[in-house]
Amino acid sequence: MEQAAHLVPLNWYLFLSTFLFCIGVMGVLFRRNAIIILMCIELMLNSVNLLLVAFSAYSGNSDGQVFVFFIMVVAAAEVAVGLALLISIYRNIGSTDIDVLNKLKW
Amino acid sequence: MSQLLFFTLSAMTILSALVVVFTRKPMYSVLSLIVCFFTIAGHYILLNAQFLAITHVIVYAGAIMVLFLFTVMLLNLNADSDVPKSGKLRIAATITAGMLFITLLASIKSTTLGEFAFPPASDKGLVQHVGQQLFTDYLLPFEISSILFLSAMIGAVVLAKKEKH
Repeated sequence: MEQAAHLVPLNWYLFLSTFLFCIGVMGVLFRRNAIIILMCIELMLNSVNLLLVAFSAYSGNSDGQVFVFFIMVVAAAEVAVGLALLISIYRNIGSTDIDVLNKLKW
Repeated sequence: MSQLLFFTLSAMTILSALVVVFTRKPMYSVLSLIVCFFTIAGHYILLNAQFLAITHVIVYAGAIMVLFLFTVMLLNLNADSDVPKSGKLRIAATITAGMLFITLLASIKSTTLGEFAFPPASDKGLVQHVGQQLFTDYLLPFEISSILFLSAMIGAVVLAKKEKH
């Protein structure tokens, strides 16, 4: 397995996670459904996690993997609270369309 | 062999991520996000980070995506309830994301990474090593994260509860 990971250059992980992050950004800008937007935020968090793990594995230091663990913890808490907020919004407005939620806009 | 695995996993990751963004039905988005998370767990195994791979599958596929699935089902979302943004905004979003990608690529190109040598016998990602570090060097953040979870749990219950009129 060590030899296997040696064959993949670190640059490739950089490109992959950059691309994943940009897909996430695009999803946030592209969609109107708030649940999809939350999912795209998860996608961005995961691309950053992947990069942290890649750097940590290639430098032989497991600090990065502990950080990824904490990022997962925070992401789980964020999703729980975010989805609860969405359910409460849906109950009051009857939709999760972010273009309807414009009371605080101007 | 590992390059082939890397390319297969990366193609699956990117394809499922694109499906998440572009499909009209929220249920398909959730399901392809699950596929995306499993392929990322495959990447972790390829990087010899077994502890994180298991944690990733348990936390994301087991907890977070189930939450998403239940929310989509609870709110009864389907393709009809999802009105796409106007054409101008969609083009603007695509251009913005593309610009960000080009900027990040340029900054990657201009960075010299230095020599990262993979250590010959790396057990850094195994449960033993990460767990030891988690319970010695990072004990305080680990304990504090339990308080964060408690507050998130209480907050979720309070927010999602029906208000009495």
